[in-house]
Amino acid sequence: MTAAVDHKPTVRQTDAKPVLDVDGMSVEIRTINGTVRAVNDVSFTARRGETLALLGESGCGKSMTATALVGLLEPVADVVEGSATLGGVDLFQVGRAKRREMAGTELAIVFQDALTALNPLYTVGTQLAEPFRIHHNLSAKEAKRKAVDLMTRVGIPQPESRLNSYPHQFSGGMRQRLLIAMAVALNPSVLIADEPTTALDVTVQAQIMALLRDLRSEYDMAVVLITHDLALVAEEADRVAVMYAGNIIETGPVSEVFANPKHPYTKGLLNSVPVNARRGDDLKSIGGSPPDLQAIPEGCVYQARCPLAREVCTTTRPPLDTVQTGRKAACHFPEEVSNV
Amino acid sequence: MSESENLLEVRDLRKTFRVAGAGKKRLCALDGITLDLKRGETLGLVGESGCGKSTLARTLLMLERPDEGTVSFDGIDPYSLRGKELLNFRRRVQMVFQDPYASLNSRMTAADIIAEPWRSHKNMYKTRKDREMRVRGLLDLVGLGAKAADKYPQEFSGGQRQRIGIARALALDPDVIICDEPVSALDLSVQAQVLNLLNELQQELGIAYIFISHDLSVVRHVADRVSVMYLGRIIENGPTEAVFDRPNHPYTAALMSAAPKLDSAQRKDRILLKGEVPSPIDPPSGCRFRTRCWKATEICATTAPPSAADPKIAGHAAECHHPLLAEGSMLATA
Repeated sequence: MTAAVDHKPTVRQTDAKPVLDVDGMSVEIRTINGTVRAVNDVSFTARRGETLALLGESGCGKSMTATALVGLLEPVADVVEGSATLGGVDLFQVGRAKRREMAGTELAIVFQDALTALNPLYTVGTQLAEPFRIHHNLSAKEAKRKAVDLMTRVGIPQPESRLNSYPHQFSGGMRQRLLIAMAVALNPSVLIADEPTTALDVTVQAQIMALLRDLRSEYDMAVVLITHDLALVAEEADRVAVMYAGNIIETGPVSEVFANPKHPYTKGLLNSVPVNARRGDDLKSIGGSPPDLQAIPEGCVYQARCPLAREVCTTTRPPLDTVQTGRKAACHFPEEVSNV
Repeated sequence: MSESENLLEVRDLRKTFRVAGAGKKRLCALDGITLDLKRGETLGLVGESGCGKSTLARTLLMLERPDEGTVSFDGIDPYSLRGKELLNFRRRVQMVFQDPYASLNSRMTAADIIAEPWRSHKNMYKTRKDREMRVRGLLDLVGLGAKAADKYPQEFSGGQRQRIGIARALALDPDVIICDEPVSALDLSVQAQVLNLLNELQQELGIAYIFISHDLSVVRHVADRVSVMYLGRIIENGPTEAVFDRPNHPYTAALMSAAPKLDSAQRKDRILLKGEVPSPIDPPSGCRFRTRCWKATEICATTAPPSAADPKIAGHAAECHHPLLAEGSMLATA
């Protein structure tokens, strides 16, 4: 048996075609203590054949952004502003029938926890055949055949015999493969992967990320990778949008953003990764914790933890402005970040 | 009390469990674990889920009794202890848990949580005043400050809760703290704060840690030595740098290469393993890694591999018939 040697993704040009254009999207959650703005004025573009990472810590709004895009927000949450244009239509304006039609064919999502995303009461064959039966009106037999093809494609051994197995009979990695198979079944233009490997071990994570990469080029999809893992972003993504307290605070090509961050939060995150510090040395952590979303301060969202913060940061929220070609940062002092 | 270098010596530890539906076969969670822990050092324990890391931790904490093998803690066999002596052993080996939300009682204040161990260990800090002083001292030590004493866990963030968990472990002045994934539930920026705290405490108090984690970059940062587990066995161990930079066992090499790296200079061609970890109810014969190993030959199926020592680095050994360094292949690239 030989081990496959997996080659790193090549750095590609950013002239790929935009397919999903999110513009000024805000999401609010109604709570008993008033409304909370979980996502604030978020804009980004996903391009074909490219991976865009939404990077941030828990509660920063990255998953809420994904759920809003696929239309799976809880009833207490609403998109209150902005648009998301995909295939010429605004996802937030079209009717339910059209949304359903676009689910899977235009936009698909892979969730973190495959066991709860799959239905425990149906065989995986039935679940994998479902998209073909609903969207393509195939007969049960034809749809099953398609399901077998898909299972083969995502690397599930002996697909014919496993068609009648239930989700719990698969390992974590295999379940994630099944979920990916369902997501790409109808060849969507945009695949949102919400922490797809967080629950998996590293050797399995490597397999799943390699599969996602292959499928991305095979189907020429745009992938939106939602994660908190900086190293995963460094390896898998072409561009990154860093989120903090519901806002995108920095965007740009991954290699440039990570090599030379223009927002002190990005810099702080990079400094917190143990890899750059020697054993026994203190890691440069970010003091404090993110602000309460119910009490976001006036001015910059990061001011309370920022070593560069001064008067203007407490009064004026810095806009997400261009700092270099293809790069934006929401900071009043982007040129001073390298000194942090 | 003997003052040998090793605080903890574990030899050929074996622990099996009965599982429903497996007939007479038992799930072998630990299959001959041998390890040493020196005073004041950090031993990193890495491996994927189901490899037996947590069972090992539970066994060392005397929450499980091993089927076979011996443990010597400061020259004492903890499994022979009873009564007061056993209580004293438990005082010396403490634990910090993974989930700071589930491991603190939400009906107790931080001070009560930290003081709770003294309800079992009645001979420590006997008066109320002593206890209050000590709780305050511990809160200061973990960076929370005395005003945290009367708050409840839900009033703290995840990182602060983990600090309470650490203070509780320190309350009994232990010699060893077993940290089972202590930072994996925390955000990156907070994770760094907690790792720094653990590091400071070790330097100040000379505690030894057994640090269990699936995050290789964290282990590399904190551990002096690393043991890599696969299906209930330690398949490679040695000084942290040696194991990370010059792995001898193919599994270690694959594991190291599979972890995503922030620094592009550290990225090498990734070794993608085929398949997944076999069931510990029915592990492969001979070498347990052979079903996924690209170097496996006939001998791997028939004979359990001996421990092969790295001739260049003392204390670095791997259980493999075809250790990578023997050919110099990894050496050349390292």
